[in-house]
Amino acid sequence: MSFHPQHDLHKRRKGRNMAVGLLLGAFVVIVFAVSIVKLSQPQNIDRNAPNYRATVADQ
Amino acid sequence: MAETSWDKAYETQFGDYVELLKPRVMRLVIFTAAVGMFVAPIAVHPVIAFASILCIAVGAGASGALNMWWDRDIDAIMKRTAGRPIPSGRVEPGEALAIGVTLSVMSVVMLGLFANIAAAALLGFTIFFYAVVYSMWLKRATPHNIVIGGAAGAFPPMLGWVVATGGIGIEPVLMFALILIWTPPHFWALALWRNDDYKAAKIPMLPVTHGTKTTRNNILGYSVLLIPISLALAFTQIGGLVYFSVAVVLNILFLLGAIRVFWRSDADNLADNFRAEKQLFAFSILYLFLHFVLLLAEAALRGLDLAPTFLVLL
Repeated sequence: MSFHPQHDLHKRRKGRNMAVGLLLGAFVVIVFAVSIVKLSQPQNIDRNAPNYRATVADQ
Repeated sequence: MAETSWDKAYETQFGDYVELLKPRVMRLVIFTAAVGMFVAPIAVHPVIAFASILCIAVGAGASGALNMWWDRDIDAIMKRTAGRPIPSGRVEPGEALAIGVTLSVMSVVMLGLFANIAAAALLGFTIFFYAVVYSMWLKRATPHNIVIGGAAGAFPPMLGWVVATGGIGIEPVLMFALILIWTPPHFWALALWRNDDYKAAKIPMLPVTHGTKTTRNNILGYSVLLIPISLALAFTQIGGLVYFSVAVVLNILFLLGAIRVFWRSDADNLADNFRAEKQLFAFSILYLFLHFVLLLAEAALRGLDLAPTFLVLL
Protein backbone atom coordinates (compact mmCIF):
# COMPACT_ATOMS: atom_id res chain seq x y z
CA MET A 1 0.00 0.00 0.00
CA SER A 2 1.29 3.40 -0.86
CA PHE A 3 -0.17 6.66 0.29
CA HIS A 4 0.22 10.09 -1.21
CA PRO A 5 2.92 12.09 0.52
CA GLN A 6 1.52 14.51 3.07
CA HIS A 7 0.67 17.91 1.70
CA ASP A 8 2.52 20.75 3.33
CA LEU A 9 -0.84 21.97 4.70
CA HIS A 10 -1.05 18.91 6.97
CA LYS A 11 2.23 19.84 8.60
CA ARG A 12 1.43 23.53 8.91
CA ARG A 13 -1.92 22.81 10.53
CA LYS A 14 -0.78 20.01 12.81
CA GLY A 15 -0.66 22.07 16.01
CA ARG A 16 -4.00 23.67 15.32
CA ASN A 17 -5.67 20.34 14.52
CA MET A 18 -4.31 18.73 17.67
CA ALA A 19 -5.60 21.64 19.78
CA VAL A 20 -9.08 21.48 18.21
CA GLY A 21 -9.12 17.71 18.81
CA LEU A 22 -8.19 18.14 22.46
CA LEU A 23 -10.82 20.84 22.84
CA LEU A 24 -13.57 18.63 21.43
CA GLY A 25 -12.42 15.81 23.70
CA ALA A 26 -12.58 18.12 26.71
CA PHE A 27 -16.07 19.23 25.70
CA VAL A 28 -17.26 15.60 25.65
CA VAL A 29 -15.72 15.00 29.09
CA ILE A 30 -17.46 18.08 30.55
CA VAL A 31 -20.89 17.14 29.15
CA PHE A 32 -20.41 13.61 30.47
CA ALA A 33 -19.33 14.82 33.93
CA VAL A 34 -22.27 17.23 34.22
CA SER A 35 -24.67 14.49 33.13
CA ILE A 36 -23.39 12.14 35.83
CA VAL A 37 -23.67 14.86 38.49
CA LYS A 38 -27.16 15.87 37.44
CA LEU A 39 -28.43 12.28 37.29
CA SER A 40 -27.00 11.40 40.68
CA GLN A 41 -28.54 14.43 42.41
CA PRO A 42 -31.82 13.76 44.26
CA GLN A 43 -34.98 14.00 42.21
CA ASN A 44 -36.64 17.36 42.44
CA ILE A 45 -39.81 17.95 44.44
CA ASP A 46 -40.64 21.01 42.34
CA ARG A 47 -43.58 20.08 40.12
CA ASN A 48 -42.20 22.23 37.25
CA ALA A 49 -38.68 20.83 37.37
CA PRO A 50 -37.65 18.47 34.55
CA ASN A 51 -36.51 15.86 37.06
CA TYR A 52 -39.72 16.02 39.14
CA ARG A 53 -40.80 12.73 40.68
CA ALA A 54 -44.15 12.45 42.41
CA THR A 55 -43.02 9.56 44.65
CA VAL A 56 -40.22 11.69 46.11
CA ALA A 57 -42.50 14.66 46.59
CA ASP A 58 -44.99 12.54 48.56
CA GLN A 59 -42.47 11.52 51.20
CA MET B 1 -10.35 31.91 0.45
CA ALA B 2 -10.66 28.24 -0.49
CA GLU B 3 -8.07 28.42 -3.26
CA THR B 4 -5.54 30.60 -1.47
CA SER B 5 -5.66 28.80 1.87
CA TRP B 6 -3.48 25.95 0.48
CA ASP B 7 -0.52 28.14 -0.18
CA LYS B 8 -0.90 31.31 1.84
CA ALA B 9 2.18 32.72 3.54
CA TYR B 10 0.86 32.57 7.12
CA GLU B 11 -1.02 29.63 8.59
CA THR B 12 -3.42 30.74 11.31
CA GLN B 13 -2.39 29.05 14.55
CA PHE B 14 -4.62 27.98 17.41
CA GLY B 15 -3.24 30.73 19.62
CA ASP B 16 -4.45 33.34 17.13
CA TYR B 17 -7.99 32.12 17.60
CA VAL B 18 -7.56 32.11 21.38
CA GLU B 19 -6.43 35.73 21.16
CA LEU B 20 -9.75 36.59 19.46
CA LEU B 21 -11.48 35.69 22.73
CA LYS B 22 -9.55 38.41 24.65
CA PRO B 23 -8.00 36.07 27.25
CA ARG B 24 -7.11 38.92 29.61
CA VAL B 25 -10.70 40.13 29.76
CA MET B 26 -11.76 36.50 30.10
CA ARG B 27 -9.61 36.09 33.20
CA LEU B 28 -11.44 38.97 34.86
CA VAL B 29 -14.81 37.54 33.79
CA ILE B 30 -13.94 34.14 35.25
CA PHE B 31 -12.88 35.72 38.54
CA THR B 32 -15.92 37.99 39.00
CA ALA B 33 -18.38 35.31 37.85
CA ALA B 34 -16.84 32.82 40.28
CA VAL B 35 -17.12 35.31 43.15
CA GLY B 36 -20.74 36.05 42.23
CA MET B 37 -21.43 32.32 42.32
CA PHE B 38 -19.59 31.50 45.54
CA VAL B 39 -21.02 34.36 47.61
CA ALA B 40 -24.59 33.36 46.66
CA PRO B 41 -26.58 31.70 49.46
CA ILE B 42 -27.14 28.47 47.50
CA ALA B 43 -24.18 26.11 47.08
CA VAL B 44 -23.37 24.90 43.56
CA HIS B 45 -21.91 21.46 42.86
CA PRO B 46 -18.23 21.94 41.90
CA VAL B 47 -18.66 20.23 38.51
CA ILE B 48 -21.71 22.37 37.65
CA ALA B 49 -19.85 25.47 38.90
CA PHE B 50 -16.83 24.71 36.71
CA ALA B 51 -18.94 23.98 33.62
CA SER B 52 -21.07 27.09 34.13
CA ILE B 53 -18.11 29.42 34.62
CA LEU B 54 -16.58 27.93 31.47
CA CYS B 55 -19.77 28.79 29.56
CA ILE B 56 -19.77 32.35 30.91
CA ALA B 57 -16.07 32.75 30.00
CA VAL B 58 -16.57 31.36 26.48
CA GLY B 59 -19.65 33.56 26.01
CA ALA B 60 -17.64 36.61 27.05
CA GLY B 61 -14.84 35.52 24.72
CA ALA B 62 -17.29 35.08 21.86
CA SER B 63 -18.56 38.63 22.31
CA GLY B 64 -14.90 39.71 22.28
CA ALA B 65 -14.44 37.98 18.90
CA LEU B 66 -17.56 39.70 17.55
CA ASN B 67 -16.20 43.02 18.86
CA MET B 68 -12.86 42.43 17.09
CA TRP B 69 -14.67 41.52 13.88
CA TRP B 70 -16.76 44.68 13.94
CA ASP B 71 -13.97 47.03 15.12
CA ARG B 72 -11.25 45.72 12.78
CA ASP B 73 -11.10 49.07 10.94
CA ILE B 74 -10.47 51.22 14.03
CA ASP B 75 -8.31 48.56 15.70
CA ALA B 76 -5.89 48.87 12.79
CA ILE B 77 -5.53 52.61 13.45
CA MET B 78 -4.93 52.56 17.21
CA LYS B 79 -1.49 51.60 18.54
CA ARG B 80 -2.96 49.69 21.48
CA THR B 81 -5.04 47.42 19.22
CA ALA B 82 -3.07 47.28 15.93
CA GLY B 83 -1.50 43.97 16.95
CA ARG B 84 -4.84 42.16 17.38
CA PRO B 85 -5.34 39.03 15.23
CA ILE B 86 -7.44 40.63 12.47
CA PRO B 87 -5.62 43.95 11.91
CA SER B 88 -2.28 42.13 11.99
CA GLY B 89 -3.53 39.75 9.28
CA ARG B 90 -3.32 36.52 11.29
CA VAL B 91 -7.07 35.76 11.25
CA GLU B 92 -9.56 36.40 8.42
CA PRO B 93 -12.48 38.67 9.44
CA GLY B 94 -14.98 36.02 8.31
CA GLU B 95 -13.38 33.44 10.57
CA ALA B 96 -13.66 35.76 13.57
CA LEU B 97 -17.34 36.33 12.84
CA ALA B 98 -17.97 32.59 12.49
CA ILE B 99 -16.15 31.80 15.73
CA GLY B 100 -17.95 34.62 17.56
CA VAL B 101 -21.43 33.55 16.46
CA THR B 102 -20.81 29.82 16.96
CA LEU B 103 -19.32 30.17 20.44
CA SER B 104 -22.06 32.65 21.46
CA VAL B 105 -24.81 30.17 20.58
CA MET B 106 -22.94 27.21 22.06
CA SER B 107 -22.18 28.96 25.36
CA VAL B 108 -25.77 30.15 25.84
CA VAL B 109 -27.30 26.74 25.02
CA MET B 110 -24.83 24.85 27.21
CA LEU B 111 -25.30 27.25 30.15
CA GLY B 112 -29.06 26.66 29.84
CA LEU B 113 -28.47 22.91 30.08
CA PHE B 114 -25.76 23.04 32.76
CA ALA B 115 -27.31 25.69 35.03
CA ASN B 116 -30.72 27.21 34.35
CA ILE B 117 -32.70 29.08 31.72
CA ALA B 118 -32.50 32.42 33.56
CA ALA B 119 -28.68 32.31 33.53
CA ALA B 120 -28.66 31.36 29.83
CA ALA B 121 -31.02 34.22 28.97
CA LEU B 122 -28.86 36.69 30.89
CA LEU B 123 -25.69 35.43 29.16
CA GLY B 124 -27.38 35.80 25.77
CA PHE B 125 -28.41 39.32 26.69
CA THR B 126 -24.87 40.15 27.87
CA ILE B 127 -23.37 39.01 24.56
CA PHE B 128 -26.01 40.95 22.61
CA PHE B 129 -25.43 44.02 24.77
CA TYR B 130 -21.64 44.01 24.32
CA ALA B 131 -21.48 43.00 20.65
CA VAL B 132 -24.49 44.89 19.28
CA VAL B 133 -25.55 47.68 21.67
CA TYR B 134 -21.99 48.66 22.68
CA SER B 135 -19.65 47.70 19.80
CA MET B 136 -21.90 48.25 16.81
CA TRP B 137 -24.12 51.02 18.02
CA LEU B 138 -23.01 53.27 20.86
CA LYS B 139 -19.19 53.00 20.91
CA ARG B 140 -18.85 55.22 17.85
CA ALA B 141 -21.95 57.31 18.54
CA THR B 142 -21.65 58.82 22.02
CA PRO B 143 -19.01 59.87 24.56
CA HIS B 144 -21.04 57.88 27.10
CA ASN B 145 -19.84 54.72 25.29
CA ILE B 146 -17.69 53.75 28.26
CA VAL B 147 -20.66 53.76 30.63
CA ILE B 148 -22.49 51.38 28.28
CA GLY B 149 -19.41 49.20 27.82
CA GLY B 150 -19.06 49.11 31.60
CA ALA B 151 -22.55 47.64 31.88
CA ALA B 152 -21.51 44.76 29.62
CA GLY B 153 -18.49 44.11 31.81
CA ALA B 154 -20.62 44.29 34.95
CA PHE B 155 -22.82 41.31 34.14
CA PRO B 156 -20.46 38.40 35.03
CA PRO B 157 -20.87 38.50 38.85
CA MET B 158 -24.62 38.73 38.34
CA LEU B 159 -24.40 35.75 35.96
CA GLY B 160 -22.59 33.75 38.62
CA TRP B 161 -25.29 34.63 41.15
CA VAL B 162 -28.09 33.63 38.76
CA VAL B 163 -26.38 30.30 38.04
CA ALA B 164 -26.48 29.56 41.78
CA THR B 165 -29.89 30.94 42.70
CA GLY B 166 -31.89 31.15 39.48
CA GLY B 167 -32.91 34.71 40.39
CA ILE B 168 -31.76 38.24 41.21
CA GLY B 169 -31.38 40.04 44.54
CA ILE B 170 -30.00 43.30 45.90
CA GLU B 171 -26.51 41.76 46.20
CA PRO B 172 -25.94 40.96 42.48
CA VAL B 173 -27.47 44.33 41.55
CA LEU B 174 -24.93 46.11 43.79
CA MET B 175 -22.05 44.02 42.39
CA PHE B 176 -23.27 45.00 38.92
CA ALA B 177 -23.46 48.67 39.92
CA LEU B 178 -19.96 48.54 41.43
CA ILE B 179 -18.35 47.49 38.12
CA LEU B 180 -20.67 49.74 36.10
CA ILE B 181 -19.76 52.93 37.99
CA TRP B 182 -16.11 51.89 38.39
CA THR B 183 -15.54 51.51 34.64
CA PRO B 184 -15.82 55.19 33.57
CA PRO B 185 -13.15 56.63 35.92
CA HIS B 186 -10.97 53.58 35.22
CA PHE B 187 -11.18 53.97 31.46
CA TRP B 188 -11.17 57.75 31.28
CA ALA B 189 -7.90 57.81 33.24
CA LEU B 190 -6.50 55.64 30.43
CA ALA B 191 -8.22 57.72 27.74
CA LEU B 192 -6.54 60.90 29.01
CA TRP B 193 -3.12 59.66 27.97
CA ARG B 194 -4.30 57.63 24.94
CA ASN B 195 -6.23 60.61 23.62
CA ASP B 196 -4.34 60.81 20.32
CA ASP B 197 -5.13 57.17 19.52
CA TYR B 198 -8.86 57.65 19.98
CA LYS B 199 -8.71 60.90 18.00
CA ALA B 200 -7.05 59.14 15.07
CA ALA B 201 -9.65 56.35 15.13
CA LYS B 202 -12.48 58.91 15.43
CA ILE B 203 -13.94 57.21 18.52
CA PRO B 204 -15.94 59.80 20.49
CA MET B 205 -14.16 59.29 23.81
CA LEU B 206 -14.93 61.98 26.36
CA PRO B 207 -11.48 63.70 26.20
CA VAL B 208 -11.84 63.86 22.39
CA THR B 209 -15.37 65.31 22.33
CA HIS B 210 -15.54 67.42 25.49
CA GLY B 211 -11.91 68.04 26.35
CA THR B 212 -9.74 66.93 29.23
CA LYS B 213 -11.32 69.27 31.83
CA THR B 214 -14.78 67.68 31.43
CA THR B 215 -13.13 64.27 31.59
CA ARG B 216 -11.43 65.15 34.90
CA ASN B 217 -14.75 66.41 36.30
CA ASN B 218 -16.45 63.17 35.28
CA ILE B 219 -13.69 61.00 36.74
CA LEU B 220 -14.21 62.73 40.08
CA GLY B 221 -18.00 62.57 39.82
CA TYR B 222 -18.08 58.82 39.17
CA SER B 223 -15.51 58.21 41.90
CA VAL B 224 -17.80 59.94 44.42
CA LEU B 225 -20.79 57.95 43.14
CA LEU B 226 -18.79 54.76 43.60
CA ILE B 227 -18.45 55.23 47.38
CA PRO B 228 -22.09 54.58 48.45
CA ILE B 229 -22.32 51.55 46.14
CA SER B 230 -19.11 50.03 47.47
CA LEU B 231 -20.13 50.62 51.09
CA ALA B 232 -23.76 49.52 50.60
CA LEU B 233 -22.47 46.03 49.76
CA ALA B 234 -21.02 45.84 53.27
CA PHE B 235 -24.54 45.97 54.73
CA THR B 236 -25.95 43.14 52.63
CA GLN B 237 -25.86 39.43 53.42
CA ILE B 238 -22.63 39.03 51.43
CA GLY B 239 -20.82 41.91 53.16
CA GLY B 240 -19.47 42.24 56.66
CA LEU B 241 -17.02 43.95 58.98
CA VAL B 242 -13.89 42.82 57.13
CA TYR B 243 -15.27 44.00 53.79
CA PHE B 244 -16.42 47.29 55.30
CA SER B 245 -13.11 48.14 56.99
CA VAL B 246 -10.96 47.56 53.92
CA ALA B 247 -13.51 49.09 51.51
CA VAL B 248 -13.44 52.36 53.49
CA VAL B 249 -9.67 52.59 53.00
CA LEU B 250 -9.89 51.66 49.30
CA ASN B 251 -12.55 54.32 48.69
CA ILE B 252 -10.54 57.03 50.46
CA LEU B 253 -7.45 56.19 48.36
CA PHE B 254 -9.47 56.07 45.13
CA LEU B 255 -11.12 59.41 45.90
CA LEU B 256 -7.74 61.01 46.71
CA GLY B 257 -6.38 59.74 43.37
CA ALA B 258 -9.40 61.15 41.53
CA ILE B 259 -9.08 64.51 43.30
CA ARG B 260 -5.39 64.66 42.33
CA VAL B 261 -6.31 64.01 38.67
CA PHE B 262 -9.12 66.58 38.99
CA TRP B 263 -6.75 69.41 40.00
CA ARG B 264 -4.23 68.76 37.24
CA SER B 265 -3.89 70.65 33.98
CA ASP B 266 -2.72 69.51 30.57
CA ALA B 267 0.59 71.26 31.29
CA ASP B 268 1.07 69.04 34.36
CA ASN B 269 0.48 66.00 32.16
CA LEU B 270 3.14 67.07 29.69
CA ALA B 271 5.54 67.78 32.55
CA ASP B 272 5.37 64.31 34.14
CA ASN B 273 3.87 62.26 31.27
CA PHE B 274 0.48 61.56 32.89
CA ARG B 275 1.92 60.21 36.13
CA ALA B 276 -1.21 60.79 38.27
CA GLU B 277 -3.52 59.42 35.57
CA LYS B 278 -1.43 56.28 35.16
CA GLN B 279 -1.38 55.82 38.94
CA LEU B 280 -5.15 56.21 39.17
CA PHE B 281 -5.60 53.71 36.33
CA ALA B 282 -3.33 51.18 38.01
CA PHE B 283 -4.94 51.68 41.43
CA SER B 284 -8.46 51.35 39.96
CA ILE B 285 -7.63 47.77 38.91
CA LEU B 286 -6.46 46.93 42.41
CA TYR B 287 -9.53 48.67 43.87
CA LEU B 288 -12.00 46.47 41.99
CA PHE B 289 -9.98 43.29 42.38
CA LEU B 290 -9.77 43.74 46.17
CA HIS B 291 -13.51 44.38 46.45
CA PHE B 292 -14.21 40.97 44.97
CA VAL B 293 -11.45 39.33 47.00
CA LEU B 294 -13.10 40.82 50.12
CA LEU B 295 -16.51 39.44 49.16
CA LEU B 296 -14.87 36.06 48.67
CA ALA B 297 -13.16 36.37 52.07
CA GLU B 298 -16.48 37.21 53.74
CA ALA B 299 -18.05 34.11 52.14
CA ALA B 300 -15.18 31.98 53.41
CA LEU B 301 -15.50 33.45 56.93
CA ARG B 302 -19.25 32.76 56.92
CA GLY B 303 -18.57 29.20 55.75
CA LEU B 304 -16.22 28.70 58.70
CA ASP B 305 -18.57 30.49 61.11
CA LEU B 306 -15.85 33.03 61.82
CA ALA B 307 -17.57 36.14 60.43
CA PRO B 308 -17.92 38.84 63.10
CA THR B 309 -21.51 40.02 63.51
CA PHE B 310 -22.28 43.04 61.39
CA LEU B 311 -25.36 44.98 60.38
CA VAL B 312 -27.43 43.54 57.53
CA LEU B 313 -29.58 46.48 56.49
CA LEU B 314 -30.22 45.66 52.82
